[in-house]
Amino acid sequence: MNKILEVKDLSVSFDTYGAEVKAVRGVSFDLEEKETLAIVGESGSGKSVTAQSIMRLIQMPPGKFVNGSILFNGEDLTEKPEKQMENIRGKEIGMIFQDPMTSLNPTMTIGKQIAEGLIKHRNMSKKEAHLKGIELLKLVGIPTPEVRINQYPHEYSGGMRQRAMIAIALACNPKILIADEPTTALDVTIQAQILDLMRGLQEETGTAIILITHDLGIVANMASRVAVMYGGKIVETGTVDEIFYHPKHPYTWGLLGSMPKLDIEEEELQVIPGSPPDLADPPKGCPFVTRCPYAMSACTKQMPAYTNISDTQKTACWLLDDRAPEVQIPESAIVGGSEINA
Amino acid sequence: MAEPQITNKDFQPITVHHSEAEKIAGESASYWKDAWRRFKKNKLAIAGIIVILLLSFMAIFGGTISGQNYYEQDLLNANNPPSSDHWFGTDNLGRDVFARTWYGAQISLFIGLMAAIIDIVIGVIWGAIAGYFGGKTDEIMMRIADILYGLPYLLVVILLLVVLPQKLWTLIIAMTITGWINMARIVRGQVMQLKAQEFIMASKSLGAGNGRVLFKHLIPNTTGQILVTLTLTIPSAIFTESFLSFIGIGVQAPLASWGTMANDGLPALQYYPYQLFFPAIFICLTMLAFNVIGDGMRDALDPKERR
Amino acid sequence: MVTYILKRLGYIILSLFFIITITFFLMHAAPGGPFASERALTPAIEAQMNEAYGLNDPIHVQYLDYLVSAFTFDFGPSFKYVGQEVSDIIRRGLPYSLVLGLEAMFIALAIGVLLGVIAALKHNRFGDYTAMIIAVLGISVPSFIMAAVLQYIFAIQMQLLPIARFETFAHTILPAVALASTPLAFIARLMRSSMLDVLSTDYIKTAKSKGLGQRVVTYRHGLRNAILPVISYIGPLVASILTGSFVIEKIFGIPGLGNEFVVSVTNRDYTVIMGTTVFFSVLLLVSILLVDLVYGLVDPRIKVAAKGDKG
Repeated sequence: MNKILEVKDLSVSFDTYGAEVKAVRGVSFDLEEKETLAIVGESGSGKSVTAQSIMRLIQMPPGKFVNGSILFNGEDLTEKPEKQMENIRGKEIGMIFQDPMTSLNPTMTIGKQIAEGLIKHRNMSKKEAHLKGIELLKLVGIPTPEVRINQYPHEYSGGMRQRAMIAIALACNPKILIADEPTTALDVTIQAQILDLMRGLQEETGTAIILITHDLGIVANMASRVAVMYGGKIVETGTVDEIFYHPKHPYTWGLLGSMPKLDIEEEELQVIPGSPPDLADPPKGCPFVTRCPYAMSACTKQMPAYTNISDTQKTACWLLDDRAPEVQIPESAIVGGSEINA
Repeated sequence: MAEPQITNKDFQPITVHHSEAEKIAGESASYWKDAWRRFKKNKLAIAGIIVILLLSFMAIFGGTISGQNYYEQDLLNANNPPSSDHWFGTDNLGRDVFARTWYGAQISLFIGLMAAIIDIVIGVIWGAIAGYFGGKTDEIMMRIADILYGLPYLLVVILLLVVLPQKLWTLIIAMTITGWINMARIVRGQVMQLKAQEFIMASKSLGAGNGRVLFKHLIPNTTGQILVTLTLTIPSAIFTESFLSFIGIGVQAPLASWGTMANDGLPALQYYPYQLFFPAIFICLTMLAFNVIGDGMRDALDPKERR
Repeated sequence: MVTYILKRLGYIILSLFFIITITFFLMHAAPGGPFASERALTPAIEAQMNEAYGLNDPIHVQYLDYLVSAFTFDFGPSFKYVGQEVSDIIRRGLPYSLVLGLEAMFIALAIGVLLGVIAALKHNRFGDYTAMIIAVLGISVPSFIMAAVLQYIFAIQMQLLPIARFETFAHTILPAVALASTPLAFIARLMRSSMLDVLSTDYIKTAKSKGLGQRVVTYRHGLRNAILPVISYIGPLVASILTGSFVIEKIFGIPGLGNEFVVSVTNRDYTVIMGTTVFFSVLLLVSILLVDLVYGLVDPRIKVAAKGDKG
């Protein structure tokens, strides 16, 4: 398999009033052709900033790249001039956003919004782009696309808007699709349809997907590999099986524990107590230390290095140090085998 | 940066309290303290406050310090340019412009302040009642406000002044005829938002009456908005007064305001421009100062809106 | 669409009815007003008044008569100037005011939008601060002072432009700029905050993520949405220009409608006051209707256009 995207030691900060918010602090991961990588974490963990950094959609200033590189086809996107980035966006990498209610331009027809990318990257005429737009709308499952293409976003339902967004993002057959919480704002039934659509289209087009989400249920359904982010860092990464069946990081345990399970009767959902760290003044050691039930004084002093659990699984946790006490994975984080069919 | 050494004893479990963890973020100051801290950073707004304080001081004491008074006519010394005797010169009747400027300041600031305060009082009561009771009451009250609001403000004021006897208080009343509507709308919106919140429900369930809820809880919680609107209403009231006086239906002789002085100075613009420019500068300075204070307050009280 | 316009026209007629009624009774209540019997009139005018208004009729008959004639734009004779019809005065003053007003509106909109866009694009940088300082000054300097300052600088000191009257294009520049200054500043502030809002929306990110250039994103996606609040401001803008014309026409000696109105107010020329007030109201109500229709065309979310699309 070929790596098409390599993020190395990426750090992104925002200059705000009197403080530098270190939203992403040394993140590394890679993406292979045709695979789906999920980046999981709660809000404020830095997952969206990471995604938008790849597209260079971060406003600079106040945002800035502090360190690291984003290699796409061997070229560093952090250093590309803005003009050249325009030929990557939409053409090589497409993106869909969380809220389809706000991510479409309200004063432009869906057809024109799809056509823009085609005209720019595929040199199509307006007419060709229009016809291709109808084809794309059909592909993403919008009925009577010939009519719908001339409508405005407010005439679409939420699910249909997200389908239209997918059509826009996939219009030029990008090699990578970044989906930033694509179903969070949708009804549960619509969520499943959109995910099915994305999976189907991936099989058809072979696009690699980076799926940003906080919902492990979606991860199990969609992804082949998972990176768990917390406090601007990736704390654990591995294949879906490894993350679900052999998680090593207490934060991953917490995430798994807070996932609703069908086969176990529980009184209430587990939650991880506390709130994520203030990234304007990030802790010196592991960011999870304040909420970790297994915290040791080492955790407050220094960020643990990654321990290679397997060829594919890496975890950054002091519990994996030889000197640390033995800790058992909590009951709540054990996932029943029947749910996962990845 | 040298990494700290991790030793065996660092692998003892510890407990980190959440409260401790959250302390790092710094103690959260109260709403008003926080707002004041942000306001202080706004140099323009602070300068605005200093300007207003100076102008108010001069309005009270400025008329006497030059040793001239505002009413004495001296036709032999009419239209004199600024000099050591008459710091801002004299007008076409030989009256001292410096003394008149501060006398005019009294009138202009008084009218501006009074009109703004009346606007706010009516607006707050109207808006609070409409927003609090909602339903039909709200519908009728806001419909009345809408009808009044649809007409150009100055046109309505002028029509009223044609009818009313020309006195200072009638001028103030005419100026407040539709000025309160803006405030009423703001307060209504705030109250409707607030009344759905828990603390109001809690207060009501404890048996607090409508009046108590309205005056003890709802109105105090809109104080920030009211203050901002008050600050921004004063300059527009000062503008309205000077506008009306400038077209000759505002403040009437023997009273004088900056507006009437500007009106008197206009025909002499070509030869004695200072007669117009002194009152004009002070009108602009006052409006500017209030505007930057109001902007500063809005930014300070609503950090989300801050740009 | 047609029903919508008809409905709106209905509202306009209703509002006008209220305005006419209120002004009629206000003028009746005026001390020494045209309808007060103790007022000393020249015999010529008195005869005219009696004929035009039927002053001997009971008040409700007078009111109905006035209502009927107002809707036919017949406001009767001037109270001060013998032999002049109010509608003639309006017809005479309107062209001046129209030219001045349209020119001022154009200046306010064009430069206001431009300043606002520059400020938003150079957010928190030099261009932003400059534009916003200009805007705060514009709001704080009343138009009549701006007019005097412009006259002093450009007409008296530099002698570049004529000081008064309204004959050539050069005559129109100073009054139009003075009249435009305050609404211009408002529009600049409105445009800036609206543009900043729009530029931070998701659909701007979507547009960028399609690989569109900065210019296309800013103008095709940003400006078109950001300008909507400015379009809804055109209604208040007309009102502001209209009242502003009262002082500006006076200062520049322009024989427009605003000047006629102020003169009629100082002369207590009640029939002219009533006539111009009603006329101003019509002007305002109609322009607000036009603005709403334009808004419907620009923003597809508004129902007018949705109906329009389907015929």
